[in-house]
Amino acid sequence: MEHIFTDLAALVAGWVSGSPQWVQTLVMGCLYLIGVLTFIFLNCIFLIYLERKVSAYIQQRLGPNRVGPRGILQPVADALKLLGKEDIIPEKADHWVFRLAPIIILVPAIMVFAVIPFGKNMIPVDLNIGVFYFLAVASTTTLAILMGGWSSNNKYALLGSMRAVAQIVSYEVPLAFSILGVVMIAGSLKTSQIVAAQENYWFILLQPLGFLIYFIAATAEVNRAPFDLVEGEQEIIAGPFIEYTGMRFALFYLAEYANLVAVSCLGVTLFLGGWHGPWLPSWLWFLIKVYILIFVFMWTRWTFPRIRIDHFLDFNWKVLLPLALVNILLTGIGLKLYQYITLGVW
Amino acid sequence: MLQQYAIIGIFLLGAVGTAVGSIVVNWLVRPKPEPKGDKRATYECGLETIGPTWVQFKARYFLYALVFLLFDVETIFLYPWAVGFQELGFLAFVEMMIFIGILALGLWYAWKEEGLKWL
Repeated sequence: MEHIFTDLAALVAGWVSGSPQWVQTLVMGCLYLIGVLTFIFLNCIFLIYLERKVSAYIQQRLGPNRVGPRGILQPVADALKLLGKEDIIPEKADHWVFRLAPIIILVPAIMVFAVIPFGKNMIPVDLNIGVFYFLAVASTTTLAILMGGWSSNNKYALLGSMRAVAQIVSYEVPLAFSILGVVMIAGSLKTSQIVAAQENYWFILLQPLGFLIYFIAATAEVNRAPFDLVEGEQEIIAGPFIEYTGMRFALFYLAEYANLVAVSCLGVTLFLGGWHGPWLPSWLWFLIKVYILIFVFMWTRWTFPRIRIDHFLDFNWKVLLPLALVNILLTGIGLKLYQYITLGVW
Repeated sequence: MLQQYAIIGIFLLGAVGTAVGSIVVNWLVRPKPEPKGDKRATYECGLETIGPTWVQFKARYFLYALVFLLFDVETIFLYPWAVGFQELGFLAFVEMMIFIGILALGLWYAWKEEGLKWL
């Protein structure tokens, strides 16, 4: 079981081993892409179901239970329904930008998975700037939300996208700083090396504050409650996505869930030991940890009420950012002390 | 090295292809008559929308962008430093702390001048 995916990749690599270099790269790239796309789509389909069930049980309801046994086919029904919907573009909208936004939002959501180590030797591209690549690509999501909100020519959509920019841009700073502690300990930006450094102890033990900051900032980055000011159904009726229908709307939600999976994957890679674990295959361990983290995200979503935007941004600049700086300072002092004790040099 | 970025490029093209592909499938499956009339009106509160949407917006968002820029540039300096932290020695640590201190001073100033206050 452990080597099922790596063996598959080796098999395909064996078939094309005689071809020129660029053919090999192309074939392997496409293979990784198909793997990642399958991973994203299966997870998104399952997450739609999971979210509805978890929210239902938290609110003491049953949730979807009509389509298939225990409502398990509900996301399939949803997807088919959205696929067959007509495509309404508002008259006053900026047509080209309106059409482009859902395409652009999906691109970073898929691209960030390129550096995630899904299991032992199961990383599509082991970039030497892995974590930095993740942050850089993920930050372009803001652009797509702003495009969608602006081009809809709807006041709620514009409000939502303005909030999105203020929120995502603000929370990017503590997010980047919380990861810094891990990078200092691991001494590398390669995700594979960060996981390898956690063989004996997970970094959450050394970086509890960093993990907390990462978790809060990541919740804000993926626009989930209690920080879902961008959508805010009760005040600005789904914000930037309000004018979208059918498949374009589905793409926004697909990207949202893909982003949730992505930040959970990164969280597991950086703080929860990645694919390390006893007995079970490494990729299964990775999946289990990712789902535990996703469950905590959902739990948070259905437990806390939405925060007001001024409180929310104050919290970022006046609490989270200073805390993140203190975390870097503490990590630095701790590491230097450790070096002094074990090696005798600063 | 270049090969790795070629795979990133494949991911980029594949992501665009997935998004465009799903919209094409939608185009194949959906009812063909183009929606018209009230269906294409702006959806706000059920009433006709009043006034233009694309207006000048308050500068509060701009201030956040400025503070963000400051710290984002700092991030670029901090990442290489963090990678080499264990080899760099004690002096580099102190230097970086002075650097962060100066930026924290800037944050404190923005705070004092109420640049972080949401109006």
